[in-house]
Amino acid sequence: MAGLRLFFGRWIVTIVPYVWLLVFFLAPFLIVLKISFSATAIAMPPYVPVFDQLAGFWEKAKELSFDNYLWLTQDALYIKAYLSSLKIAVISTLITLLLGYPMALAMARAPDRLRPILLMAVILPFWTSFLIRVYAWIGILKPEGLLNQALMATGLITEPLQIINTDWAVYIGIVYSYLPFMVLPLYATLEKMDYRLIEAATDLGATPLKAFWQITIPLSLPGILAGSLLVFIPAVGEFVIPDLLGGSDTLMIGRTLWVEFFYNRDWPVASAVAIILLLLLVVPIVIFQKMQERSA
Amino acid sequence: MAKTLGPVRRSFQPWNDPSEPAFIELRNVTKRFGEFTAVDNQSLTVYEREFFALLGPSGCGKTTLLRMMAGFEEPSEGEILLEGQPLTGVPPHRRPVNMMFQSYALFPHMNVADNIAFGLKQEGMGKADIAQRVAEMLRLVKLEEFSARKPSQLSGGQQQRVALARALAKRPKVLLLDEPLGALDKKLREETQFELADLQQDLGLTFVIVTHDQEEAMTMADRIAVMDHGRIIQVATPAEIYEAPATRYIADFVGDVNIFEGTAEPLAGGGLRIATSAGFAVEVAAAPNGAAAPARGDTVWFAIRPEKMVISHDRPAGAKEGTAPNLIEGEVWDIGYLGDVSIYNVRLASGDVVRATRLNADREVERPITWEDRVWISWRADAGIVLAG
Repeated sequence: MAGLRLFFGRWIVTIVPYVWLLVFFLAPFLIVLKISFSATAIAMPPYVPVFDQLAGFWEKAKELSFDNYLWLTQDALYIKAYLSSLKIAVISTLITLLLGYPMALAMARAPDRLRPILLMAVILPFWTSFLIRVYAWIGILKPEGLLNQALMATGLITEPLQIINTDWAVYIGIVYSYLPFMVLPLYATLEKMDYRLIEAATDLGATPLKAFWQITIPLSLPGILAGSLLVFIPAVGEFVIPDLLGGSDTLMIGRTLWVEFFYNRDWPVASAVAIILLLLLVVPIVIFQKMQERSA
Repeated sequence: MAKTLGPVRRSFQPWNDPSEPAFIELRNVTKRFGEFTAVDNQSLTVYEREFFALLGPSGCGKTTLLRMMAGFEEPSEGEILLEGQPLTGVPPHRRPVNMMFQSYALFPHMNVADNIAFGLKQEGMGKADIAQRVAEMLRLVKLEEFSARKPSQLSGGQQQRVALARALAKRPKVLLLDEPLGALDKKLREETQFELADLQQDLGLTFVIVTHDQEEAMTMADRIAVMDHGRIIQVATPAEIYEAPATRYIADFVGDVNIFEGTAEPLAGGGLRIATSAGFAVEVAAAPNGAAAPARGDTVWFAIRPEKMVISHDRPAGAKEGTAPNLIEGEVWDIGYLGDVSIYNVRLASGDVVRATRLNADREVERPITWEDRVWISWRADAGIVLAG
């Protein structure tokens, strides 16, 4: 009896996350996937066919088509949006890496009693809503904003810089928002690293810079990869930052998706856009997992 | 020194040769970490081709001394010279000194060959030369078949040899070894001690080793510096350290010892009589090692090693009647049978316990000494040593 209870106990513990994933991830995904093969209609819901009953399942299934995906290749807008999103995400990831690595290294090398304070400082922005923090950047970046006032006060510029509503603002917003996601995994790997390895390298004749390239960087590769993915993946699909800070010509797939869904009410095309975006993101995740397996 | 204590490499005693130049020289070196003084105004000379050991308990400053030689720490005061050239301000990567780390500090992302080649690559050595030197090093430490393995795929003993090969690959002027055998099990450690000592002789390099294990230091080193609380207390050969320790601390730290406190009474013939607090008298031929002869009534300590005492059931023949010096009677309190030797803890009438050892030269003994036996312990007048502090 006790054994049976134990069996069910374990079974429930394992099944709960799977049920969660099934209900909140797989089911919505399948719905979106199905819609992406449907056709637009002026109806409620705004697409056909609707599988509201099992009768006539096969007849309705025959109406499904790849038309929406073909449409994505025919209109240059979508490809441009995907490429532009990838470009913005790649550049943002590189900038966060360049900013985040020295930060993480300094934190890992800081005296023991300072480390929790520095860690807290990195996590602190999460206590304020993401949306509010992005809005705050409008106040900083706008022509009469804090940044321009400060630059003009120092005499570096005479005319306010147009930063808000440009790609620059999008980069600033993404780098600012996602920097902690880069710093934290980097800090975790660098903090674990044995400092004696660096001492051994310098003892064997490596200059501090060479020791950094040959020892620190290769050994922190898992952190670099994890941090880069944590920044890259949400950056590709980012909607709020380009919408609030970017200009009308800032092309990102997250915004295109929003416009298709809520402005054009073209659910099937929007679903196709979402599915392709998902595939674009799955590829780096799979590569990452393969690399993790190999290093383990 | 008139008499030689223990074995010495006859041809190699540069410390006794005033014309021999210093190879590594520490001049009044002090190292402070905040309030804590790790090394306190110490001077030391190490000679070329010497195997030198820094021995002491953890926190005595021996590792700090080694790290200053490597360049990981700079002295707060004083200077370190190598072949007469001051090393002050020279960063570790420019010092002709290599270190073998206690944790080995092998690069986990490189295989054995790349680990060994690391230092040579920094020098800008040619590929062919590197390959040749790496092969030579692998042969030296008998790891030829393991060159493509990662450190995590090696046993502790193999990792230790990779660390040694990596530190030797650049043919440093001095090899610094920080507890090199600390992570090995006892059997392997004993084997490796002799290998390391042979290697040092064959290569003709200067080794400075840090260890807390007196056996390790005694087996390998030409000379030992015993340290405590940031100070070097005695620098001498292993035999001198053991047979003529400078202080009670060293006598107690290196090997097993009986120490008795007593009152000195100089004898007419130049010897010394000590009335110990344990109730027996000691007569020795010579005064304390290096110190001035104690005056009548001074407090001194008599130290004697357990193996220098003779334990028997019978009162030794020739001993004077009554309470003779260098002779004590007691009861066997505890026995430790170690195979090659037996340890006897003998309790005296005063309650003090004396430890004596006996070599088990015979397989069978007619009347073995056993628990609660009345026994006599005696020693020769030159068997022990008088210490003033």
